[in-house]
Amino acid sequence: MADLRTSIGKLELANPVMTASGTFGYGTEFADFVDLDKLGGVIVKGTTLHHREGNPYPRMAETPSGMLNAVGLQNKGVDYFCEHIYPTIKDYKTRMIVNVSGSAVEDYVATAERINVLENIPAIELNISCPNVKQGGMAFGVTAKGAAEVVGAVRKAYDKTLIVKLSPNVTDITEIARAAEGAGADSVSLINTLLGMAIDAERRRPVLSTVTGGMSGPAVKPIALRMVWQVAKAVSIPVVGLGGITNATDAIEFLLAGASAIEVGTANFMDPAVTGKIVDGINDYLDRHGFASVRDIIGALEI
Amino acid sequence: MKKYILDLTVRETVAVGKQAVLLRLTADGQLPEMLPGQFVEVRVDQTPTVMLRRPISIHYYNKEDNELGLLVQLVGDGTRWMATLKAGDTVNLVLPLGNGFTLPADASVRPLLVGGGVGVAPLLYLGMKLREMGFTPTFLLGSRTENELMQIAEFEKVGRVFITTENGAVGEQGYVTQHSVLAKEQFDQVYTCGPKPMMVAVARWAKGAGVACEVSLENKMACGVGACLCCVEDTKEGNVCVCKEGPVFSIDKLSWQI
Repeated sequence: MADLRTSIGKLELANPVMTASGTFGYGTEFADFVDLDKLGGVIVKGTTLHHREGNPYPRMAETPSGMLNAVGLQNKGVDYFCEHIYPTIKDYKTRMIVNVSGSAVEDYVATAERINVLENIPAIELNISCPNVKQGGMAFGVTAKGAAEVVGAVRKAYDKTLIVKLSPNVTDITEIARAAEGAGADSVSLINTLLGMAIDAERRRPVLSTVTGGMSGPAVKPIALRMVWQVAKAVSIPVVGLGGITNATDAIEFLLAGASAIEVGTANFMDPAVTGKIVDGINDYLDRHGFASVRDIIGALEI
Repeated sequence: MKKYILDLTVRETVAVGKQAVLLRLTADGQLPEMLPGQFVEVRVDQTPTVMLRRPISIHYYNKEDNELGLLVQLVGDGTRWMATLKAGDTVNLVLPLGNGFTLPADASVRPLLVGGGVGVAPLLYLGMKLREMGFTPTFLLGSRTENELMQIAEFEKVGRVFITTENGAVGEQGYVTQHSVLAKEQFDQVYTCGPKPMMVAVARWAKGAGVACEVSLENKMACGVGACLCCVEDTKEGNVCVCKEGPVFSIDKLSWQI
């Protein structure tokens, strides 16, 4: 049994496997399938200052080895989260991390402030990269200036671990990552979904109500892996890798590329128990290769 | 209800017309309890074009035989793969998912079950449960032509069956809402599943007749457990997940223009 412990700045994780926001609800939806306490962390659904209804149906299109979604940050708002959801998740041993979204700097700050006081939420993941809502954060996430502005403002209001989730829909993701680091982020997570589109040729209409949506799933993994590798070299803060991770081998590839932890997203829809299997699979890999600790393989890619 | 991920064994795959199959599945141990109207998600990611599980409603669950029946319409690569399964093959399911139909509490209730196309699937199990409870279910089943009618003999074992076809080849000609039984008899509870225009028409008729009505929706799903928020239906309480809050809804909750 290898030592699976890793950390994101001062946040210690029992192992590097977390769940990606929007794919795992609040964790409790998957409690019949996975022992949540076996996971390093659960990143819960994107939370905004106010209640959001999200986009109209249809919100999802399956694509080869992937899918598009256009949910649009449907959630009941941060106050509802604090009052009704937090009490149901706060006693898990796994790290419960809240994904925070917004459309204005002051909304991000107000949401982060409210979560800052929740004792058992040790970190937030700041979503500056949602492609599915107008000013859904991606406006901040596609320029270094925008990223620095929102990260800097939240940093002043939030004193626990601040992870910033980056958009791949940019020319140079390392530039945005460096801006987030410079503004005080403790970590960056990447990649959010890739902007895509699906058309129903028979009906001559877009499949999604929003025309475009965010692509995820195994098809995006090579892009995500490349970006994680580039960003891990460009910043000195820890990187959280995600994008198409479906099994332990995928997860290990991200760790080798420089990620200190990983998130599993769309794969939860294919196998709701996959996250537990990935934890076991990483351990098996470490044992098989004679590594005492998962830290030994972080960034250990030989070129 | 606790949900399970189970590898089930195929007993038999039976062709039902040209566009559907009946999958007869069993398990080594006893299958978990399932309610009429609930569904399963079948893992079908055998080709690059298919990644997500396919939500399929429970056609029947026979506890004594430990058998789960799925009536599957062949729509795309996922369902066509399911049709290639042979006796002895293994298939992975998540089950049971969603909420079922509300079973009547009053023994005098006269239930009407209206189905169209492959939407008849969950009505068989519902009819079986109703019959077990002492009710006499009436089925009203519609399709475009005689070729799309499914499992009629099975429905006849459970209750009275009335049929409409748009071409008039079997039963009365027209839509289910035009069948004469609706004018001749009284019903107290309607359950319906099928193409959305049919369900809307049935809901409109039920509302007009002052009869309680539940519909089973089949919005496109990903997770099946209320996590991804992809399959939402616009209701009077806002967007809710069909997979978790449904797939069965009272028409009073929906925002349909009826």
